Amino acid sequence: MFSSVNSMEWIIGVGERTLVRVQGMGHMFLFLLRAIAWVFRPPFRFDQILKQLHFIGFKSTFVVVLTAIFTGMVLALQGYYSLQKFGSEGLLGSAVALSMIRELGPVLAALMVTARAGSAMTAEIGIMRITEQIDALETMAINSLQYLISPKIIGALVAVPLLVAIFDVVGIYGGYLVGVKLLGVSGGSYWSSIESAVEWRDVYGGILKSVSFGLIISWVCCYKGYYTKMSSEGLGKATTEAVVLSSVLILVWDYFLTSVLL
Amino acid sequence: MITLKGVEKSFGKQQVLQGVDLKIPTGKLTTIIGPSGEGKSVLLKHMIGLLKPDRGEVWVDDIDISQLKDRALNDVRKRFAMLFQSAALFDSMNVFDNVAFPLREKGLALESDIPRVVEGMLERVGLVGAGHKNPSELSGGMKKRVGLARALVMGPEIILFDEPTTGLDPLMAKTIHDLIRSMHRVFGFTAVMVSHQIPEIFGISDWVAMLKHGKIIAMAPSKEFQKIEDPAVREFISVNEENIVQV
Ligand SMILES: Nc1ncnc2c1ncn2[C@@H]1O[C@H](COP(=O)(O)OP(=O)(O)O)[C@@H](O)[C@H]1O
Ligand SMILES: [Mg+2]
Repeated sequence: MFSSVNSMEWIIGVGERTLVRVQGMGHMFLFLLRAIAWVFRPPFRFDQILKQLHFIGFKSTFVVVLTAIFTGMVLALQGYYSLQKFGSEGLLGSAVALSMIRELGPVLAALMVTARAGSAMTAEIGIMRITEQIDALETMAINSLQYLISPKIIGALVAVPLLVAIFDVVGIYGGYLVGVKLLGVSGGSYWSSIESAVEWRDVYGGILKSVSFGLIISWVCCYKGYYTKMSSEGLGKATTEAVVLSSVLILVWDYFLTSVLL
Repeated sequence: MITLKGVEKSFGKQQVLQGVDLKIPTGKLTTIIGPSGEGKSVLLKHMIGLLKPDRGEVWVDDIDISQLKDRALNDVRKRFAMLFQSAALFDSMNVFDNVAFPLREKGLALESDIPRVVEGMLERVGLVGAGHKNPSELSGGMKKRVGLARALVMGPEIILFDEPTTGLDPLMAKTIHDLIRSMHRVFGFTAVMVSHQIPEIFGISDWVAMLKHGKIIAMAPSKEFQKIEDPAVREFISVNEENIVQV
């Protein structure tokens, strides 16, 4: 039996927690809007944007190439095993390429960027918060969102799609290595099946995904760093939360986009 | 003139400032003393709009900055510089670039003049040739001095110094005090300093104020402050003098 007082308290508790959540989401959303608005106001910080492109993009290339090649290789193994049952090993190229371009390239590259660059972004901004470097910027009449956050968002919007493109190409080549060189599928049919199966809208969907993942990563990771609580535990917590939230959002948003794009 | 009227500030359940009334006279060096954790740093941050009061007003001349946002607040901040208690150096830049940063950002000096200006400032704080070092390679005292150089180089109207000499050896503390005093004499900026350095601060300050239990409990010209009979003031002064002797 519920006592009515207890259930009242329970309902109020749920209501309060919901309000806090909704408020938190609004707060996050405002943060993004303000950071984006600052992109269009002078001074334009091209040097900061270049630095971010280097950090998010160039420095993630190695880990992206590494994961891409193994993903392509394992896709070829699995695909060969399934397709062989129907005697259609010739379609291996298209199976690998479509899974790469439509799904695995954007998602896996984005998850790798989150782990490598996203967590570092949160830590960097969080340390600047804790050690009052953000306050120091503000006292110099420099807007910290414009100086710190906007370049990271732009950097991620540009770098993530490029990394995804690299992931796709390397992954397809990894599939070629295993499928053609190891398992003996004909090279000609591997490439021609890709050419005939992959359509422009597959590529377009992949680009759309990768751009939105870039936004999610930079948004979530910058937000968590910017509002780090003033302690070293706060920093660890912020970094963990940033990686978890941005990974979850990437997967949820991926499902949503896929269902719309199909 | 910076004027605080009934400023109250809480963090969660902890009420740090409980109605601060304070007038900082223009062109003078005012030192705020008081026990650790009483909210002296919080008080300074209110003067430059880094923190907003829960209640009360913060006036810089004829502007209530507790109501200002973004651009209007930045216009006021352009008249300030601040040395943070933690120094707050940018750890992505070396010492030289830290000191040059406000000059470049605010366009206060030609790029060709910057090396001369920055090196000159580093010399004054006793850091000749340290320009290429990264903040992580510096001791606490050196960081403080770089932070001081970064604040002074802007040549602002108002400078806030949060414990400029804490963590320095007595000789370096004296050098820094002399530097602040002489820069103050030459440039006539309004200075607000937080410090524990008793009795030295009485020698360099024009005014002294004491913060305790979230309020300003005493403020007087430096000479008169030392004669104040209030037991809390007497106790603070004597305890800090004893500490100096023990060191
Ligand atoms: N941003 C903040 N968030 C939460 N608490 C704070 C913050 N800044 C200061 N405090 C608290 O306010 C009190 C006064 O701090 P502070 O002004 O640094 O003291 P001090 O007089 O030593 O400079 C301390 O208890 C500190 O923990
Ligand atoms: Mg302090």
